[in-house]
Amino acid sequence: MLGMPWALPWPFDREYMQLALLAGVVVGATAPLIGTFIVQRGMSLLGDGLGHVAVAGVGASLLLGTSPTWTALAVAVVAALLIEWLRTREAASGDLALALVFYGGIAAGVVLASRSATNTNLEPYLFGSILTATPGDVWTVVGLGAVIVIAIAIAGPALLAVVLDEDAARVAGIPARALNALLAVLTAVTVVAAMRIVGVLLVAALMVLPVATSRLLARSFRTTLLGAMAVGVISAVLGLAAARQWALAAGGTIVLVSALSFAVASLIVSVRRRGGVATPPADTGALLSGPH
Amino acid sequence: MLNLEPEPGAALVADSRPAAPVLAAEHVSFRYGNDEVLHDVSLAVGAGEFAALAGPNGSGKSTLLRILLGLLPPSSGTVQAFGSEPRSLRDRWRVGYVPQRLRIAPDLPATVHEVVTSGRLPKQGWWRRARRSDREAVDHALESVALTDLRSRRMAELSGGQQQRVLIAKALAAEPELLVLDEPVAGVDVDAQGLFRDSLVHLVREHGAAVLLVSHELGAVADDLDHVIVLKRSVVFDGTPAELAATGVSLGVHRDDLPLWLEELRPEEWP
Repeated sequence: MLGMPWALPWPFDREYMQLALLAGVVVGATAPLIGTFIVQRGMSLLGDGLGHVAVAGVGASLLLGTSPTWTALAVAVVAALLIEWLRTREAASGDLALALVFYGGIAAGVVLASRSATNTNLEPYLFGSILTATPGDVWTVVGLGAVIVIAIAIAGPALLAVVLDEDAARVAGIPARALNALLAVLTAVTVVAAMRIVGVLLVAALMVLPVATSRLLARSFRTTLLGAMAVGVISAVLGLAAARQWALAAGGTIVLVSALSFAVASLIVSVRRRGGVATPPADTGALLSGPH
Repeated sequence: MLNLEPEPGAALVADSRPAAPVLAAEHVSFRYGNDEVLHDVSLAVGAGEFAALAGPNGSGKSTLLRILLGLLPPSSGTVQAFGSEPRSLRDRWRVGYVPQRLRIAPDLPATVHEVVTSGRLPKQGWWRRARRSDREAVDHALESVALTDLRSRRMAELSGGQQQRVLIAKALAAEPELLVLDEPVAGVDVDAQGLFRDSLVHLVREHGAAVLLVSHELGAVADDLDHVIVLKRSVVFDGTPAELAATGVSLGVHRDDLPLWLEELRPEEWP
């Protein structure tokens, strides 16, 4: 039972559900934490692309017999730095450089996996399989999550300064290039941490959807960030519960719950707006009741 | 309409360079391919000086500004800020920069206070947590541009003039010794220009900082300037507003004429 001194109620009463809950909460919090910065930088799809690249790492690990997680992490980090370097060098137009790295990555993953002698396939990494994760897998996720939280606790304000105005940040001596590279690397770390939970095909959704929801309701960057993390955690908990209740794929269910949260937030915003229209300001009222 | 007949270009360039400049360019030239955008530009801004770099659109002001800030290397010549090359200046907070306009996405949910706080990082150390003195500097910066009441507002909810003041407060939060502003009054209404002027005068007079205002429109601050440099690919005038007035040009009264007289100021020998 993870050594926990308390017993959790249904649906988290079994050990495999507790492991899933721990990993889900960590990823639910950290994916939107990184996502808030990359969405504002207009790089929403970076997570998706690095997910593709991580598949190459998993494929290589199947062939080499190394750990899928650490191999995927190494490959994704190298790819993140390569993309950031291509972006600053403007060596290729932005989206073409990304396409080259990303599709090259997933193709290499598929080819490498097809050459491996083991029966393991890529599916748990493509779609996630949190319910079969071992305690070792989960503690790795917790460790990667801790790295992300500590890095953002230190570099978050400077990353915000770069998001606000990169030129002004550079003039002010803030190491914008190094921070951009750090953000790309943290994105890679997030992708690999989330790989077993929601799968590489859906990891970008968990980095983007909670941010989109939170941004509708929050007033400041700080509340957007905390709100996105809350939406991510709630999505993970509800998604896992629903997955257990109705025997659904956990990763997909978590992402669907966060998509649902966006729909609910949009509804709240539109109701609020309609409320505003229903009570026109006094001078408008006078205008309407004036002589025709 | 002004009828300015300039003396040969060199005669307009009085030697008003300060002894110990906070910012100096020596013989700076810049080419985009074969196109020479800047030719042999030398200028200096002294400590505590309120200076303006004026010139029509396409005169090379923006390029010179990027070179002065260290964002762009010159093709030839040197730039020094506080005695160092801008990029290798150790205390980068000493140079504050106010960009032309807010470049953040309109949907970025950042408040006025968050934006101004981010301007404090160069002084505070970007990896450090804010101390009491940092929070006080941010509060003072907000106060000096009359934004304290709007501190919790989202940037996207502000008018153009208010956003401009946020950008000034952001630069002021680091308590710079030189503040460089790029076309700060573009698209800002007259009331906002008054507030803008007050905040710059406050910075120069109360904090002893130098200001370099880069603009094609100097009406709002014409009466407060110590030093005017007019650029048209090279420096065509460098002196005090009084010296400029002696040539028959008044920055304050003939605001609308400014681009016209800039057309008249041509160096005799165009390189």
